[in-house]
Amino acid sequence: MNDAAIALRDIRFTWPGQKTPALVLDRFTVEAHAQVFVSGPSGSGKSTLLALIGGIASPQIGSVAILGQTLEDLPASRRDRFRADHIGFIFQQFNLIPYLSILDNVLLPCRFSAYRRARALAQGKDLHAAAQSLLRSLDLTPSLWARAVTQLSIGQQQRVAAARALIGRPEIVVADEPTSALDSNRQQAFLDLIQHECEQAGASLVFVSHDQRLAQRFHRCITLNDIDPCANDGAAA
Amino acid sequence: MSFMFRLATRSAWSRRFTLGLMLLAIALSSAMLLGIERVRHEVRTGFSQSVSGADLVVGARTSAVQLMLYAIFRIGGVTNNMGWGSAQKLAKNPAVAWTIPLSLGDSHRGFPVLATNGDYFTHFHYGDGQALQFTEGRVFDSVFDTVIGAEVAQRLHYRPGDRIVLSHGIGNPRLADHANKPFTITGILAQTGTPIDRTVHIGLDAMEAIHLDWGGGAPMPGLSIAPALVKKFDLTPKTITAVLVGLKNRAAVFGVQRDIADDSSEALMAVLPGVALDELWQVVGVGENVLLVVSGMVVIVGLAGLLSAILASLGERRRELAVLRSVGARPADIFLLLALEGLTVMLAGVLLGIVLLTLALFALGPFLSAQFGVTLHTSLPAASEWQLLLWTILAGFVTNLLPGLRAYRLSLADGLTPGI
Repeated sequence: MNDAAIALRDIRFTWPGQKTPALVLDRFTVEAHAQVFVSGPSGSGKSTLLALIGGIASPQIGSVAILGQTLEDLPASRRDRFRADHIGFIFQQFNLIPYLSILDNVLLPCRFSAYRRARALAQGKDLHAAAQSLLRSLDLTPSLWARAVTQLSIGQQQRVAAARALIGRPEIVVADEPTSALDSNRQQAFLDLIQHECEQAGASLVFVSHDQRLAQRFHRCITLNDIDPCANDGAAA
Repeated sequence: MSFMFRLATRSAWSRRFTLGLMLLAIALSSAMLLGIERVRHEVRTGFSQSVSGADLVVGARTSAVQLMLYAIFRIGGVTNNMGWGSAQKLAKNPAVAWTIPLSLGDSHRGFPVLATNGDYFTHFHYGDGQALQFTEGRVFDSVFDTVIGAEVAQRLHYRPGDRIVLSHGIGNPRLADHANKPFTITGILAQTGTPIDRTVHIGLDAMEAIHLDWGGGAPMPGLSIAPALVKKFDLTPKTITAVLVGLKNRAAVFGVQRDIADDSSEALMAVLPGVALDELWQVVGVGENVLLVVSGMVVIVGLAGLLSAILASLGERRRELAVLRSVGARPADIFLLLALEGLTVMLAGVLLGIVLLTLALFALGPFLSAQFGVTLHTSLPAASEWQLLLWTILAGFVTNLLPGLRAYRLSLADGLTPGI
């Protein structure tokens, strides 16, 4: 169990004010360094799953362990810190803060997490150098860096978001439909980059998408159905 | 923490247009609040300084408020007069520096006529001890001369040299004019913002002269004394309405007051104008409370505008807050971000309001003073005004927190999926 990056067990979670549970899950496990594809129709609890992994919400029943740490044992503010330290997030869109520069956006996790800052500094001579080398490896050339984030294309914005998720080498990267705003060529290119970077960083990748065509590129594929967890082979891990 | 501060600054700058409008709304409503408060204060001060320098107002026994009403504000009829002998006796009192006799009862086209003597123009003071000034002409010196207040001159378009006719009593002027004894205007007084502006001043001897051929409140039939002949009569008044008294030493005021009250030759009373004016203000000061309510409503309307502006901009902030949460911002950080901005906008708005008001007073002060006799000082806010501003800032801060709390709760509910 201890080598699992993410381990959810016997989960039942209902959002406040709702009657039916948003997520019921027997087991959900992601091993360290694994790249997992999570799919499911809308309403199957994908957002809820991410909120639980991020420690934003706590299940009424069941247990969430990230890197061996059970989140429900931590107070809310420690969960926020834990999330900042160990998980990088990429969303479908509106990832970037419009009034911050590209570099400042990438460096955001280092502002909230001393752990990520220390690890980023270990990668380069300073924080900016670390961010810049990530941006370069994500095919964002220095000529783009001076631009306002709102002037970037959607694909470029998503790559900046990826750099932000990866900076300071968090153990887990969670991507929530990061490619749905991209056309199919760019989807492939983006996926190549993010998978490669996660491998390089040694991070587990949880990739949430409803696009089944992308599933074949992952070690493992988990499908969240309405309520029941149904997996190709994931449930047995 | 310094990063949160920088983040708040950058975030605010990115929404500078919206925030600028908010700032302006706060500035305008706090300038208005402060302006109304200052007018309120000045009107009250102006009222309480309708007469200054006089230590006592002496008249026949009545209530203090009644005496002030007719002696200073020329409102209402005079119920009782005092004898001229008592006035002269008072003037000889060793503690008394000067006296101003006042005699009322006649009017000119609705404006009260005040009979007095030359001492009035040297000893009467108002406001912060300002003396009466002439814009045109000079003090009356012959019997049928008159000096009029600024408002009388303005409303009736009078100039020095014009001849006017006084009416008996304060009733309908057509019924009983002193038509056979017209007066010549010799001087016009500068605006004071006090009842003097509405007053027609004549000499005490003139008051006697126009009533020589009168008896029982009407012209005596068959008797008409030509103006040229009045000097042949004794024009010393028998009675007057009131006397303003200035003392050599202010500390003697209660002693003199007691002497007057105890005088057995005539039943008189002496009131301290400041005390009586305060008493009177309690009667007429209801308007003050209305102004306070208006000020309050101005602020409420301003804050309501502020609230709607913030709520309207909440949508775009939801995403920003969700992203910040995802990179590790704690709810307390989010709260700090919102609170910091609210407080800053509120503070800056109020400061801008003070600046706006000061500029406005600077530009409009002379006009207000000339038109309404209200002198508004372009000073820094007084302690009571700071208190008012502090409450405004607090109210604005709380108003700001309402949408802040909503955004905060939304960002919790949104979790890591920014609201779209």
